Amino acid sequence: MSADAILSFEEAMEKYDPVLGFEVHVELNTKTKMFSSAPNVFGDEPNTNVNEVDLGMPGVLPVVNKTAVESSIKIGLALNCKIAESCRFARKNYFYPDTPKNFQTSQYDEPIAYDGYLDIELEDGTVFRVEIERAHMEEDAGKLTHLGGSAGRIQGAEYSLVDYNRAGVPLVEIVTKPIEGAGSRAPELAKAYVAAVREIVKNLGVSDAKMERGNVRCDANVSLRPHGRERFGIRSETKNVNSLRAVEHAVRYEIQRHAAVLDSGEPVIQETRHWHEDTRTTTSGRAKSDADDYRYFPEPDLVPVVPSREWVEELRATLPEPPAERRKRLKQDWGYSDLEFRDVVNAGVLDEIEETIAAGATASVARKWWMGEIVGRAKNADVDPGQLGIEPATIVELSRMVEAGKINNKMASAVLDGVLAGEGTPAEVVEKRGLAVVSDDGPLLEAIDAALAAQPDVADKIRAGKLQAIGAIVGGVMKATRGQADAGRVKELILEKLGVNA
Amino acid sequence: MAAINRDDVAHLARLAHIEMSAEELDRMAGELAVIVDAVKSVSEAAGDGVPATSHPIPLSNVFREDEVGHTFTAEQALSGAPDSDADRFKVPAILDED
Repeated sequence: MSADAILSFEEAMEKYDPVLGFEVHVELNTKTKMFSSAPNVFGDEPNTNVNEVDLGMPGVLPVVNKTAVESSIKIGLALNCKIAESCRFARKNYFYPDTPKNFQTSQYDEPIAYDGYLDIELEDGTVFRVEIERAHMEEDAGKLTHLGGSAGRIQGAEYSLVDYNRAGVPLVEIVTKPIEGAGSRAPELAKAYVAAVREIVKNLGVSDAKMERGNVRCDANVSLRPHGRERFGIRSETKNVNSLRAVEHAVRYEIQRHAAVLDSGEPVIQETRHWHEDTRTTTSGRAKSDADDYRYFPEPDLVPVVPSREWVEELRATLPEPPAERRKRLKQDWGYSDLEFRDVVNAGVLDEIEETIAAGATASVARKWWMGEIVGRAKNADVDPGQLGIEPATIVELSRMVEAGKINNKMASAVLDGVLAGEGTPAEVVEKRGLAVVSDDGPLLEAIDAALAAQPDVADKIRAGKLQAIGAIVGGVMKATRGQADAGRVKELILEKLGVNA
Repeated sequence: MAAINRDDVAHLARLAHIEMSAEELDRMAGELAVIVDAVKSVSEAAGDGVPATSHPIPLSNVFREDEVGHTFTAEQALSGAPDSDADRFKVPAILDED
């Protein structure tokens, strides 16, 4: 397949105005499926989390999962949507082996939630409002593995194997209205929007929200129009863009590709596109065709869902603080600068710092430990900082030991290593590794005498009032005591010894 | 007569993956037109004041608690499958993607 021509992003932006649209599918983390009591569990042996409803056997009766409806309403509320007074399910008819029923049970003309919005904060703090068209309930499809022919690709495959464990898993599909006016920030907005949806469903506790497991999946619609024109261009829909970075890249690439097509005078083809992470390009899927006539009709086996206003308000009362508002509050409470706070957010240690402060550390101490000590270690170990297993209490204990002068900062870092190595609590590590600060002045004075004798010229400078030279002597003492001296006390003793008033 | 012709029937048959002969298409075009007309007379009788309904039984909010019930073993699940491999249903490759 020959590569598509693309324009540079800058040139595309000069000539055209992008319009975006997203369909984000969120898998709910209910115990059971949307319409059957089979377990909703990821990663089990194939075709073991299924029963007659999931396999679409004749004569079966689906029954709606109440928790899934509640989760859907919560998502709708968190997206500032109206919740339908009454809504129903519909059959979306298509033939493909990922659904054994030959239809997907979904919602069509009556989604449970509609007319919402989400305010998306971009990296520089600009807030962009994305309007939500609807959020509707449906079920996931089974998983196909294509075999024979070239590895894993449908092209040339000889047959496919189907696992229906995922069939019937509750999904909420969130659809935006066309997003206009993002301009050159469209790729960034795309990523930020999907990140915000993911954060919201995670915060609500209604989804595991792991993109790498497909809990949150994004279809990205992109079209271009000349600047100043109101009518939308023809769009492409890039399917299953399943990481935040890929969402940004896919939107950027499609903008560049559309621009090249339009520049050549050809019409853009309305089609699905497939994203390829390895080459960071898309390829043509299939064009819109007769097969997209899904012949939706009301699902006769399921009666309408009529959420009473009392029920909706009950659910609203359980909603956690929205992530964006929480960040605003925490930043103010902690007194971090914009840059400090952004670093904390980007490092993914907001929860950890909050817990550490709750455990008794000051905001600055909590930040110093997480950002200065733990984030780097996590990076080296290639895990999330929270996964290192450091308890907030450990940090509080470490910082108290430093404040009390029992250990210095350098030792504290070594103690943390000890805790991570499973050597016990900070106090136990200090004990085992013999890391206590030398606070007995006797050995310190000996080391100071030695350091002064070794560097007489420095000693003279200090006597002459050049106090900044003291670092060299302190350094010598720290070296002699293998870092176990209290640097502050060493300084005092040196000045005392040389008869200098600081 | 209702606006349903032979091409409409052929289109529907294609969507529904039903193979139909020329004679069947002719016959169905006539029969479906009669059915559509019959439905049309119902909607005329209902008038403007009657909202469309998809569920004639006055029932709503039939829910199930989120509690795990029964499942099949893979062997049971696959017992009616024409073909299987590695505990999964084996189907011909179809040139389309999910």
